[in-house]
Amino acid sequence: MSAPETTDDGFPTLRCLAPDGTPVGDVEVGLDEEGLRALLRWMILARRLDRECMALQRQGELTVYPPFEGQEAAQVGSAAALGPRDMVFPSFRELAAAIVRGVDAVEYLQYHRGTWHGGPYDPLATGFAPICVPVATQLVHAVGWALGAKLDGSDACALAYFGDGAASEGDFHEAANLAAVFRAPVILFCQNNGWAISVPSRAQFAAPIAARAPGYGMPGVRVDGNDVLAVYRATRQAVERARAGDGPSLIEALTYRIGPHTTADDPTRYRDEAEVERWRALDPIVRYRRFLEAVGVADAGFAAACEAEAEAWVGTVRAELVALGAPPASEVFDHVFAEPPATLRRQREEALGGA
Amino acid sequence: MPEITMVGALNAALRDALDEDPRVLVFGEDVGELGGVFRVTQGLQAAFGRDRVFDTPISESGIAGMCVGLAMAGWRPVAEMQFDGFSYPALDQVISHVAKYRERTRGRVGMPVTIRIPSFGGIRGKEHHGESPETYYVHTAGLKVVAPADPLDAYRLLRLAIADPDPVIVLEPKSRYWSKAEGELTTEGPGIGRARVLRDGSACALISYGAMVARCLEAAEALEAEGVPCAVVDLRSLSPLDVATLGEVVRSTGRAVVVHEAPLTLGLGAEVVARVVEEAFDHLEAPIRRVTGWDVPYPPASLEQVYLPSVERIARAVREVVAY
Ligand SMILES: Cc1ncc(C[n+]2csc(CCOP(=O)(O)OP(=O)(O)O)c2C)c(N)n1
Ligand SMILES: [Mg+2]
Repeated sequence: MSAPETTDDGFPTLRCLAPDGTPVGDVEVGLDEEGLRALLRWMILARRLDRECMALQRQGELTVYPPFEGQEAAQVGSAAALGPRDMVFPSFRELAAAIVRGVDAVEYLQYHRGTWHGGPYDPLATGFAPICVPVATQLVHAVGWALGAKLDGSDACALAYFGDGAASEGDFHEAANLAAVFRAPVILFCQNNGWAISVPSRAQFAAPIAARAPGYGMPGVRVDGNDVLAVYRATRQAVERARAGDGPSLIEALTYRIGPHTTADDPTRYRDEAEVERWRALDPIVRYRRFLEAVGVADAGFAAACEAEAEAWVGTVRAELVALGAPPASEVFDHVFAEPPATLRRQREEALGGA
Repeated sequence: MPEITMVGALNAALRDALDEDPRVLVFGEDVGELGGVFRVTQGLQAAFGRDRVFDTPISESGIAGMCVGLAMAGWRPVAEMQFDGFSYPALDQVISHVAKYRERTRGRVGMPVTIRIPSFGGIRGKEHHGESPETYYVHTAGLKVVAPADPLDAYRLLRLAIADPDPVIVLEPKSRYWSKAEGELTTEGPGIGRARVLRDGSACALISYGAMVARCLEAAEALEAEGVPCAVVDLRSLSPLDVATLGEVVRSTGRAVVVHEAPLTLGLGAEVVARVVEEAFDHLEAPIRRVTGWDVPYPPASLEQVYLPSVERIARAVREVVAY
């Protein structure tokens, strides 16, 4: 274990791989070779899709898009540690986690295309709750879901993603306390990517987020969020704990938002390009690829094949996405209630001219 | 005189208030170095320092709650909620404390608090970025609520809100943020509690506020060409309402259409209609119509024009009322 360059606060940070890919901790995380390769494949697919989304937005095919470049390991490593019956409660930047869960990218991206709200995909079938923009509100949903699973005697658990900025909301505190009090099988997974729009995490909180956990009565782990193995291991431990009935965990993954907050943001107004460059050098994909190639689990051909697969895949995603027409006007009325009241049916007729 | 946008006018209002009163503080999420996501606070931190213009963590309830304590300590807080849909975590503090402190302390502790909220739709935003929260605030006794429709009035209303001894919620129509006007920035003119008649007309009164005022003016233009001259009333002050002006205008037209983006049910139009009926019942020649958002959540970008009152819907309602 060694601490990443970014912290000097004395709080330990779990790490398996150094930025150059050399092992610095136990790299035996319980995955076979295929499982190890899958992590690289997901990260390559995710990054390629993220870049395509940036391009799609610039071309007017998406309204506003929040890129996750730099956070692939934090999302892929955590999502891959879950089982099919577990439930993820994302915020709004977790497209990489979504695809690991099997969410259809085109359905997901309808949100950013402005054709539908948070969950055009089926949240229950995919185990991936709707995109959640009101910061930190999803954390309490995850606690509720986990409590429900526990009451059902199931060993499923919930994992909620949130950001460094979200940790400042009251809902974070309520979720952590509720989870601990009810011993809910839930993992509160923070992607500390350094920034909440223009506010750096040092202006957001004065002590590590992971350090809060004991105060609530749960374990708190900080991991190098650009080290996919460390993220996987920490999440896997939290999942096992949850399944065993030992209650919630808090994980803080230290990572970095390489891009703007969203395509509507101009980060040059508030941060140095030098900082971005420092983090580019800690790239999660390069690090992990070097490791896999060094230990002979993957060769250069594997990464090249993933890149080719990604290229073809985003081509399909793009084609399907831009082919989507505007939804019919009736959509505005048709999903509000199970049974629309007469007053709303009348408004629908007025708006659609009886359609 | 140079043209100014609504963002520019609001920025000037904050700058002048900070300049004139050393007790004014401006804070909220991303209002410092970034200058706010809409740039309303641009340059203020550089001009007035980090003690008077500062970023907060993402804590809306905390922002509103700190306003209470700061006001008690003799400061004049001007807080920003980043978006309408993200002002809701603060509702407990606003409703339970900001609105009630003066009354609970028998007038000993006033709340000269201003809360600015970029509001309403029309910018192809995502969910939670197009809300019309006015009824929640108007329904809360102890709050004043204003919604400017143009840059010059935005300057005036924000200055008056900051100077007010009581809490004022300023709902800024973000779809009009980049609209421009030419004229002097001044606090002279109609105060909080007063409506403005922007256009005279004898056939029907169009009553609105915020971004929909521009659509009403457009509809009035089109209707004028059809020989249906409409008055246009900009409420500006949603609470208190200028009941006297409403009564006066509708007594002269005998007909009225109320327009807002908020959903129909219990939207401000319900109150306006009730007041107009109380003030001008004997002069009414037709039922009053409301052209509003539907009783649905604000839709995604590609459907927002299905939801927002269009110039055509407004004009159609006027024709029906006139033909009644
Ligand atoms: C309750 C609430 N307040 C404000 C916002 C506006 N907002 C959207 S994202 C964001 C920053 C979130 O930062 P963080 O939690 O670190 O997540 P990141 O964007 O870095 O992924 C803010 C302030 C919001 N969506 N919800
Ligand atoms: Mg962040």
